Amino acid sequence: MKITVDEEKCCGAGQCVLIAPEVFDQRDEDGIVVLLDAAPPADRHEAVRESALVCPAAAIDVHEDA
Amino acid sequence: MSTPSDVLVVGAGAAGLAVVESLRRKGYDGRITLLGEEPGLPYDRPPLSKQVLAGTWEAERTHLRTRDVLDALDAEFAFGERAVALDAATRTVRTASGAELSAEALVLATGLSARRLPGLSEAAGVHVLRTLDDAARLRGELLEAEHVVVVGDGVLGAEIAATARLMGADVTLVGPQPAPMRQQLGPDIAQRLAALHTEHGVRLRPDTLVEAVETTGGRVSGVRAVGGDLLRADLVVSAVGGAPATDWLADSGLELADGVVCDARCRAADGIYAVGDVARFHHEGRRRPLRLENRTNATEQAMRVAANILGEDRPYQPVPYFWTDQFGVKIQVFGLPTPTAAVHLVEGDAEQGRFVVRYLDEEGHPIAVLGWNMPKQTRLHRQQILDQYVRPEPAAAR
Repeated sequence: MKITVDEEKCCGAGQCVLIAPEVFDQRDEDGIVVLLDAAPPADRHEAVRESALVCPAAAIDVHEDA
Repeated sequence: MSTPSDVLVVGAGAAGLAVVESLRRKGYDGRITLLGEEPGLPYDRPPLSKQVLAGTWEAERTHLRTRDVLDALDAEFAFGERAVALDAATRTVRTASGAELSAEALVLATGLSARRLPGLSEAAGVHVLRTLDDAARLRGELLEAEHVVVVGDGVLGAEIAATARLMGADVTLVGPQPAPMRQQLGPDIAQRLAALHTEHGVRLRPDTLVEAVETTGGRVSGVRAVGGDLLRADLVVSAVGGAPATDWLADSGLELADGVVCDARCRAADGIYAVGDVARFHHEGRRRPLRLENRTNATEQAMRVAANILGEDRPYQPVPYFWTDQFGVKIQVFGLPTPTAAVHLVEGDAEQGRFVVRYLDEEGHPIAVLGWNMPKQTRLHRQQILDQYVRPEPAAAR
């Protein structure tokens, strides 16, 4: 799995951090998403998929085959 | 409860699409149909009043998923088909083209229709903003407009006023409240928002009701306020809120009361669920019915409903959340502020334009937190709101 985030789409809601704090964080100054782990281990994939689904700005792309 | 053999989702906005995605993600392999009124791919609405209106995003950028991702869901997409009637007893939906669809599980996700003020005619130059097409039309005319009047001081009206002002128009924001978004922000922060608009040159007309639109040669020329004042306008945006799109359900047999009335599982009847802006569900944590018009509710509720369709049978009790961006300020709210709540600073500095405040009810319990240019710090206070609900939502508490 490989993750990409679109910083320009991100609205800073932080829903991804609530679900997958090992993979996502937010910048202190403006709340924009920080990708901590672009290729997380398998035990975090489910949380990452949920983050992508929940993201209110559709700013997280998950590439399953990568 | 057994798993339904097929699922029909009516409404292809963020909520409807998220139901389909959640079902597949949970391994559901039955037949899924997604019915949508608009012909194009499902898109996101929050950018319409901001990036799309301002022209910084092309329309395609608002698409929630690409065609490839949609295809991979292996669902039947019926876009450009409007649902016109439902028979709840047989879960049969009739569409405008006369087709009849039924399924063992039905999800109602038809969202809102823009409300129109009775006095606001259909004259040229009078706009609403609900769809991508609305946004394109409004943008086209905004580029030429000199005097814009936005009628409606809620989230949408305030955002449109800010965007139009940044595009260079002379903008007046009219509404019945003492300050914009007072209902969502409470009086203190609404005053701060009013000051932000004024600083940027938006003319505010608070405490003002609109009576009618004046026209000249078939085109809008002004807005008449109750009491007689005429506000000059060559473009008017009516942003007086949305009404749950339930007209088509009038004879369905379902209970309607400002939305589709659901239980705590978001179930309106046997095998029928509602999600998103159209759903009035019982929030167990808050011990009252609630209908939320915000973006995160659309997906969170969709995920809960998908799980309940598949037999999980758990209540939906979210922490309400919304955000708005105006004149470069990011405002984020967890919980539901009330006009009478006491507001306390918990972080940052109001003078510096970065702060977090907490709203306390009469008994001193936190009911909401609001951040002004401090998104991350605001999120860190969310737990206090969740703690107020007797049984926390398991998915969110993780």
